[in-house]
Amino acid sequence: MPVKHVNNVPVWQRREPLKQYAIWAGWMLGGMLFLLCWKVISDNTIWEFMYDAGTQAGSLIGRMIPPDWSITGSLMVPLWDTINIATVGTALGILIAFPLSFLAARNTTPHPALRAVALAIIVSSRSINALIWAMLLVTIVGPGIFAGMLAIALRSIGFVGKLLYEAIEEIHPTPVEALSSTGAARTQVLAYAVWPQIMPAFAGISVYRWDINIREATTLGLVGAGGIGLQMNAAINNLAWAQVATVFVLIFATVIVSEWVSAKVRHAVI
Amino acid sequence: MSPADTGSELLSAPERQRMAQAREGHWRPLPLVRSRHWRWFINVSVLLYIVLAWLSVDVNWSRVAQGMERGQEFVASFLSPDFSSRSGEILTGLWESLTMTFTATVIGVALAIPVGLGAARNIAPLPVYFFCRGIIAISRTFQEIIIAILFVTMFGFGPLAGVITLAFATIGFMAKLLAEDIEDTQKEPLEAIRATGGGWLQWINYAVQPQVMPRLIGLSLYRLDINFRESAVIGIVGAGGIGATLNTSINRYDYDTSAAILLLIIVIVLMSEYLSGYVRKWTQ
Repeated sequence: MPVKHVNNVPVWQRREPLKQYAIWAGWMLGGMLFLLCWKVISDNTIWEFMYDAGTQAGSLIGRMIPPDWSITGSLMVPLWDTINIATVGTALGILIAFPLSFLAARNTTPHPALRAVALAIIVSSRSINALIWAMLLVTIVGPGIFAGMLAIALRSIGFVGKLLYEAIEEIHPTPVEALSSTGAARTQVLAYAVWPQIMPAFAGISVYRWDINIREATTLGLVGAGGIGLQMNAAINNLAWAQVATVFVLIFATVIVSEWVSAKVRHAVI
Repeated sequence: MSPADTGSELLSAPERQRMAQAREGHWRPLPLVRSRHWRWFINVSVLLYIVLAWLSVDVNWSRVAQGMERGQEFVASFLSPDFSSRSGEILTGLWESLTMTFTATVIGVALAIPVGLGAARNIAPLPVYFFCRGIIAISRTFQEIIIAILFVTMFGFGPLAGVITLAFATIGFMAKLLAEDIEDTQKEPLEAIRATGGGWLQWINYAVQPQVMPRLIGLSLYRLDINFRESAVIGIVGAGGIGATLNTSINRYDYDTSAAILLLIIVIVLMSEYLSGYVRKWTQ
């Protein structure tokens, strides 16, 4: 127990002196790094814009209230598109991620080289946001819902693939051994020993990703990939903040509902 | 009565039929959904949804065919990424993204700690709890890019709007997970410090903090990683960072530069993931 003697009276200390100094040094280095970073940000900021930020925020909120409810009817089709982008995109992503995760899992991969390729695909898909995929796809397949679906699918591959291959690596080996010892073929082992063990995780991961995709799909319209984001972008460009507020309320409601659905389904399967 | 039939009267008719078939060598796994009517209902509604969803998509196949050439170009550009011709913009953008990420994570985590303490039911009084849960709900509902649009309107273009956006999003994420972690702490140390007459700060510092610290560090590093990925996106709406450079290069069909930026993002994300795994092992 670290004890310091002050006037011959032992005083309890939380840490050894050397460890305490190391922690202080760590905090100081972190603080210096933070100040350096802050200086870079500050140099690149036009502070004149900041002085009236309060008034700007006030007038922005003032123009948003009350929301313009008259456009709600015309937002229903874009909202349906958004839900389709998320749902079909998730389904496409899962279709690709499913075989990929079996290639990426250490215990089911047919060859280490294939595993490396599968992991590389998963990492690249996961590092890049759906919005960036959407920007790229809009230039390739043209603006619209199709680009949005593909963007959601491309982003979902990495997410579903990573969580699923981790689930596959964590399965119990005994059923696999038992089935292999009966002379079952590789595909039979996968279908009857591996698949039943990962099915709950698979359902949970898919619904979780669907929930995230609903949120992401609301913004894809900003780069022209369809859905309610298109209307939001148009309203923002027209500075029609009352309409923007309506879109926000709709997005808020949709996200709450999708979160509720996803929580219910995950609760049911796990 | 053969031994195999023992107890079969407990089974329903379809189950007995299944067993009989299995004995003849026609074993089938149990269906996922028990009721046949529900199975039909689910299959039909899935089919119906696919048809409806497909109707809402109007793919312009001639446009896609035209774009395929560009798609091939894009894929090919990953083999010949061009780091040099726009190296100035890429470096400035990356540096800005990294500084934004770090600053926003520090500010966000610092603000998320009090909110998280307030949102933990076992240590916060009810009014504070509802207030802090409200902050978390608002911060979590909207995507970073939407918040960025609002903050760019308020604070003008530049990395400051980005820092505030990322910090705001960090608060919701960190505070929620921290509050859940605090609610899961063991209550004995909390009672022990209380019993010695420790003040509120001492209580938090010696009873709560040691229990949640390893996870807090792990989550902060994870959020650092997320913030970097998001910083590449919010530049599209003018909130600073590498996103603006990426957006420009894509709009110019300068795929070699886009590929270079994307590769850099992937490498940095990979490095930070490796690093955070290492730190997490070390703190736990």
